[in-house]
Amino acid sequence: MKTEFKIISDLIDKNSHVLDVGCGDGILMEFLIKEKKVNIRGIEISKAKVQNCIAKGLTIIEGNAEDDLRQFPNKSFDYVILSQTLQAFLNPEKVIDELLRIGKQAIVTIPNFGYWKIGLHLLFKGTMPVTKTLPDEWYNTANIHLCTIKDFFNFSRSKNFKLSKSIALKNDQPSFITSSNLNRKNFVSNLGIFLIKS
Amino acid sequence: MNIKDNIKTLTINKPLKLDCGKTINNFPLAYETYGSLNKDKNNAILVFHALTGDQFVAGINPVTNKDGWWSYAVGPGKSIDTEKYFVICANVIGGCMGSFGPSHQNPETKKIYGTDFPVITINDMVNAQVNLLDHFNIKKLFSVVGGSMGGMQVLQFVSNYPDKTKTAVPIACTSSHSAQNIAFNELGRQAIAADHKWQDGEYSSKNTIPNKGLAVARMAAHITYLSKKGLQEKFGRKLQERDDLKFGFDADFQIESYLRYQGSVFVDRFDANSYLYITRAMDYFDLVKQNHGNLSNAFKNTKAKFFIISFTSDWLYPTQENKDIVIALNAIGANVGFVEIKSDKGHDSFLLDVPDFLKALKNFLDQSYLEK
Repeated sequence: MKTEFKIISDLIDKNSHVLDVGCGDGILMEFLIKEKKVNIRGIEISKAKVQNCIAKGLTIIEGNAEDDLRQFPNKSFDYVILSQTLQAFLNPEKVIDELLRIGKQAIVTIPNFGYWKIGLHLLFKGTMPVTKTLPDEWYNTANIHLCTIKDFFNFSRSKNFKLSKSIALKNDQPSFITSSNLNRKNFVSNLGIFLIKS
Repeated sequence: MNIKDNIKTLTINKPLKLDCGKTINNFPLAYETYGSLNKDKNNAILVFHALTGDQFVAGINPVTNKDGWWSYAVGPGKSIDTEKYFVICANVIGGCMGSFGPSHQNPETKKIYGTDFPVITINDMVNAQVNLLDHFNIKKLFSVVGGSMGGMQVLQFVSNYPDKTKTAVPIACTSSHSAQNIAFNELGRQAIAADHKWQDGEYSSKNTIPNKGLAVARMAAHITYLSKKGLQEKFGRKLQERDDLKFGFDADFQIESYLRYQGSVFVDRFDANSYLYITRAMDYFDLVKQNHGNLSNAFKNTKAKFFIISFTSDWLYPTQENKDIVIALNAIGANVGFVEIKSDKGHDSFLLDVPDFLKALKNFLDQSYLEK
């Protein structure tokens, strides 16, 4: 199982009510059901992936998070998860606001565009970086709003969100992000995982 | 034709108070079953049919000798697997395949009811069919499934009997008949009424059938079941057994011939007055109004797991109307899944060989069946 999913699972209480936004093939959903006995729903835009989730017996709603989150009442989930999807939205700020409206807490993970290998790629090759977490070319990527760990950290501050947990992943090694180590973590980590409250 | 030999009928002795205010007693409900009920009686699926359907869901319909109307979806190893599930389907009241309907005789007047038959609703249909559960001694169904008007019955059933099913699958339907839906139904009814052979509904006693009117009603409705793209691809401007236009009003085009054929075969198996009654029931269906403007209230007492399916090219009951049901369920935290199936086959998609649909339905049912 991906380290990212294990960390997400550690952030979640047993038997809680969870929504996975952009749940893909439902791998995280299955993992959380097994590990935490959660009551979990997924939203996914790809018809093929929705079919895969149905085949696994997961409760899944085909839809687009930018339009379809509004149907959920305020605080109707204990956690709303957005795993490496934020950068694909037209309006990430609006989506985050919605996550925090419908969820008591939100877990957001982002591929870190501040990672040194990405900076180096851009600096020396002069082309848009292609990495394991960002595997597509600039002309066919869904990632239109990439950001860094530091960007997200500052964004949460400016929006007055409470960052309950900020975790950086460096080669699958987790560590906490604080205001004092922010610049370093932003440089050495490829993924950021944030547990936030409004 | 000895239809009655092939029709199983349950006589409902419990009085049923209809929405119109009248009460019906000792009336017949025709049904068919497929597969077998297990020892725990927890594998039963009640299938609801659409406007022109009947109880013969799968296999060969013994009355028409054609495939059952949902043969693609129901049968051994299929989406609704009759090797696994006990499938029950009843002809709706108001129908014409054995259940109490306008072609029956009024015991008081000894005359065929015709338009003296009480106007029935989707609610009445469901309240009649719930008696089948007692008949088979089933406390809780595994699922209620239906498309189009069948889907409306699914919604009404769960609303009326929130504890009587574990899962619910409304397909290509709506919670409230739209003005466009009513308009098309009215067109069909007026086509029947315009046929002089309809005789204000008393055609049976005059040994005639308003076959022209009923055929036109079917032709118009049939167009609404297909998509523009589907029609264009299947027929385009292809000519019917001729090399050129004939400058007359015969069926020059294949689409004309096809519609005429659909109309003509329909009158052999369907009763014109039933068509009036059932379309009226659909038009009266408004689960939103029943719940004082809040659809969520219809489902607030149920723990049933819902799975809602729509089709991209269905313009009769479009995705948005199906999604409104999803939204109402999510608003109360109900367990609901939703998928929109890509298909060019229009509203009829749910009756046809649409692999993504059949796969989703099968997976939902089989996976839910595994859950406690």
